Amino acid sequence: MQFKDHKPIFLQIAELICDEILGGKYPEGERLPSVREYAAEVEVNVNTVVRSFEWLSQKDIIYNKRGMGYYTSLGAKETVRESLREAFFQETLPEFVGQMQKLGITVEEVEQAMK
Amino acid sequence: MISIQNVTFGYRKHETVLNDFSLDFGQSGIYGLLGKNGTGKSTLLYLMMGLLRPQKGSVTVDGIDATLRRPEVLQEMFLVPEEYDLPAISLHQYVRAIKPFYPRFSENLLKQCLANFEMGTDINLGVLSMGQKKKVYMSVVLAANTRYLLMDEPTNGLDILSKSQFRKAIIDGMNDEKTIIVSTHQVHDVELLLDHVCIIERNKVLLNEPLIEKDQAINLEELFIKTVEKCTI
Repeated sequence: MQFKDHKPIFLQIAELICDEILGGKYPEGERLPSVREYAAEVEVNVNTVVRSFEWLSQKDIIYNKRGMGYYTSLGAKETVRESLREAFFQETLPEFVGQMQKLGITVEEVEQAMK
Repeated sequence: MISIQNVTFGYRKHETVLNDFSLDFGQSGIYGLLGKNGTGKSTLLYLMMGLLRPQKGSVTVDGIDATLRRPEVLQEMFLVPEEYDLPAISLHQYVRAIKPFYPRFSENLLKQCLANFEMGTDINLGVLSMGQKKKVYMSVVLAANTRYLLMDEPTNGLDILSKSQFRKAIIDGMNDEKTIIVSTHQVHDVELLLDHVCIIERNKVLLNEPLIEKDQAINLEELFIKTVEKCTI
């Protein structure tokens, strides 16, 4: 997998897992791959994946069953969708609007292009 | 723990590669040993194995002098040199020959690693390409399951896909008790695997610290160039 430079790897992996949960790869209530399996899949240090999993469990997207590994939380899809929507309005949209203003693009033009 | 204390070593009489050099590998984990060409990375690995002897100072593995090459130490160590030849025998014969020296040798791990590299088990070592040879040897080495694994430029000669397979094999072969030391100048090939980075240059350890991400990804190449530049100025 290709990582970007500007963001911590553990966060990029957490986001990847979010995408995978949203895409239905890890259904709610089911077991995720082990930390080691996931580390081998994305080719990073095991400790980095530990941090990603811990970050996701703090957000209630996954949870740890002692001695059994991590599971996708019930309602995880909704949680992920909510936080991605939030990120869209807080990060993606302002950047988009900024570009529009810089280039003098009107809302009408965008609407037209989207059709 | 591998401890290098005040070591001086040179291949020629009045030219030292290492001069009063000290470095410890304390905790287990994956270490990246970085440095420009000719800074003594390979020399350090050979000193740790007891294949070279320091002219001054000492190298110890778990407190035992490395130059003694004691069996109980060597059964927990494996060195993968940058270049090597394998004998023209089958993999089975080869494994049978080296297995008795490594009490924790794991046939399962061997199979898993070979599968990672998309190699079978029914192989004659005499007819392999350089890339295949590296894959098979790397699998045997990981299967030997030693607590210390020293690798000198392990990704040299591997194509992009094989490099990715190599990283997976390392992660599969790693556990909490192992110390893997990878010397390399191909920083990108291994940077995401590392727990710890050591940068050496002209007899000095410029940097020796755990790699822990804060709010930015660590760009090891940048870190390397900055660290080396700072020292040259």
